[in-house]
Amino acid sequence: MNYPEDLRYSKKHEWIRIDGRRATVGITQYAQDQLGAVVGIDLPEIGKAVERDEELADIDSMKTADVIYAPVSGTVVEVNSTLEEHPEYINDDPYGEGWICVLEVADPGEVDSLMTAGEYEAFVRGLRAE
Amino acid sequence: MERMSSVRGQVDGAREQPRPGQGRRGRAGDVVEPLIFELGSEGRRGYSLPECDVPERRIEDLIPPECLRRDEPHLPEVSEVEVIRHFTRLSQLNYGVDVGFYPLGSCTMKYNPKVNEDVAGLPGFTRLHPYEPEELVQGALELMYELEGYLAAISGMTRVTLQPAAGAHGELTGLMMIKAYHEHRGEGGRRRKVIIPDSAHGTNPASATLCGYQVVEVKSDERGGVDIADLRALAGEDTAALMLTNPNTLGLFDENIVEIARIVHDSGGLLYYDGANMNATLGIARPGDMGFDVVHFNLHKTFSTPHGGGGPGAGPVGVKAALEPFLPVPTVEREVIPGEPAEREPGRGYGGRDGSAGQGGGENGGAERVRYWLNFDRPLSIGRIRSFYGNFGVLVKAYAYIRALGAGGLRRVAENAVLNANYVMRRLSGHYILPYDRHCKHEFVLSGKDLAEHGIHTMDVAKALLDYGFHAPTIYFPDIIKEAIMIEPTETEPKEMLDAFVDAMIDIKERAAREPEKLKAAPETTVVGRLDEVTAARRPKLRWSLSTHSGPGS
Repeated sequence: MNYPEDLRYSKKHEWIRIDGRRATVGITQYAQDQLGAVVGIDLPEIGKAVERDEELADIDSMKTADVIYAPVSGTVVEVNSTLEEHPEYINDDPYGEGWICVLEVADPGEVDSLMTAGEYEAFVRGLRAE
Repeated sequence: MERMSSVRGQVDGAREQPRPGQGRRGRAGDVVEPLIFELGSEGRRGYSLPECDVPERRIEDLIPPECLRRDEPHLPEVSEVEVIRHFTRLSQLNYGVDVGFYPLGSCTMKYNPKVNEDVAGLPGFTRLHPYEPEELVQGALELMYELEGYLAAISGMTRVTLQPAAGAHGELTGLMMIKAYHEHRGEGGRRRKVIIPDSAHGTNPASATLCGYQVVEVKSDERGGVDIADLRALAGEDTAALMLTNPNTLGLFDENIVEIARIVHDSGGLLYYDGANMNATLGIARPGDMGFDVVHFNLHKTFSTPHGGGGPGAGPVGVKAALEPFLPVPTVEREVIPGEPAEREPGRGYGGRDGSAGQGGGENGGAERVRYWLNFDRPLSIGRIRSFYGNFGVLVKAYAYIRALGAGGLRRVAENAVLNANYVMRRLSGHYILPYDRHCKHEFVLSGKDLAEHGIHTMDVAKALLDYGFHAPTIYFPDIIKEAIMIEPTETEPKEMLDAFVDAMIDIKERAAREPEKLKAAPETTVVGRLDEVTAARRPKLRWSLSTHSGPGS
């Protein structure tokens, strides 16, 4: 499993890529593998304000329906609407074309509490051992 | 027509009735039976009408031009034999409980006795119109009144509404009554949360959300029940209700139910019983005695009316006395009118639900008359939640089932459902992972996660079962079990069938190590092979249109 070093990770398996106040959000390689083939996503509306750990988007896969949570508090400023036509991008390229939305971060301090790639990898290893 | 004629040849030429899943076969995506619109030929008919014996008039003189269609309607033009063969072939492509074993966990696909259909088909029921006045539908109202009484007695509730059209509709109805109850007590504003276990049916959080509640998840403990410490932490003055299935979706009875009820009631919340798994407790334990305040029934599961393929179902909801004022309108009421001669023949009565003998017939000598009526005058009611009086035909079937089995028979349903499930579980437990190793109730959940070493998943096991002539179990649910396989044999299966299913499951397990590539290609003997379900979900083709196909008869 691949967890890029330049991203930060949440316990609910979202990643974010920080660029100033903008944080691009997606789900991890591990998350897409657990979901199986993604068949649809209900993207948030632009302008929606979310608290950390609040629901950001609904995602449907062949196996289950799940929720993507906001890894940090912020406002949705951009969404990846190509996913509506191509939900498979989330499986095929979770850190690239499978990005879900961009948040304008409300409190940059929250980012520091998210896991690094190494920490997340250890966290996932712990889940697998269960 | 090439593929079509080959299909037809196999059906017509078959000496034996093909076994389910055998016989006609096409590759995934092949058309195994054309639409009726693709059959026939222009001008072909399956009927002949007598000469018109009234003066004919032009349609344009009768119907305003804006209401007249401009194009031909493109109705199928087929002969009677084409229609019969088409629908007979479609029925042969189907797999149902009348064809074979259907261990679809949490769905209770028991065999439905055909006498229920006969009873529901009696002209006295089928020729009723819901607008008929009460005095002309006394029999139908009596049946509804009696069925309500039976369901109340079975569940330990005070009263029952028969209106909801299915289980999830029952959930919504029950939650609306819970909401009305809290609002009536002035606590509607702060009781905003419904607590639901992580193993719950997906309809529970959906119904709570639809009712405007916020869903809070309570964890399962290591025995598969509600985690009591977690529940204590969650229950509070913002709790509207706990929704619980008992036994739960793991098929496990929550032994802490009395403690759970105390915690929820102490917080001021109510207990909602999801009756989907009532087949396990019928005649043995009553939700009302466990402390539940609201119960829904799935008549189409527990009380044996056909389901799957879209219903119709019926999801009556029972409540304790405190919630009775909020029941939907109308309720069916019974009243005894003294001093009038009985209209019924002597000896026809079989006892009212309150134990009174007879419907005032001459037998007990009373000169009285019984009348059933619909009560709309219920000021605190949540209102009407279904047009007319619910799915009446389903109610008749459930009534027939309850009357045929009686109290002792209903208890044996649960006993045999539990016995069958435990038998299958014990025979399989040495071969598949059993995450919660306890006696189960009517169903149990295995995990196929150890098959991953061969590149095999639960999905492959389910697909392989089709080649053995069985319907697949429920898979990937509940999602607290990895690679879940949820099996509910029901009480109506004989031991030989259970053994055949277990043998198939064991054979599949062995083949997973020996020939995983063959399992991944399963099913091989069904009408269509492994379907591309991912593409079907991502890019579904939902519409057939005449313009993209050549016309009839081509």
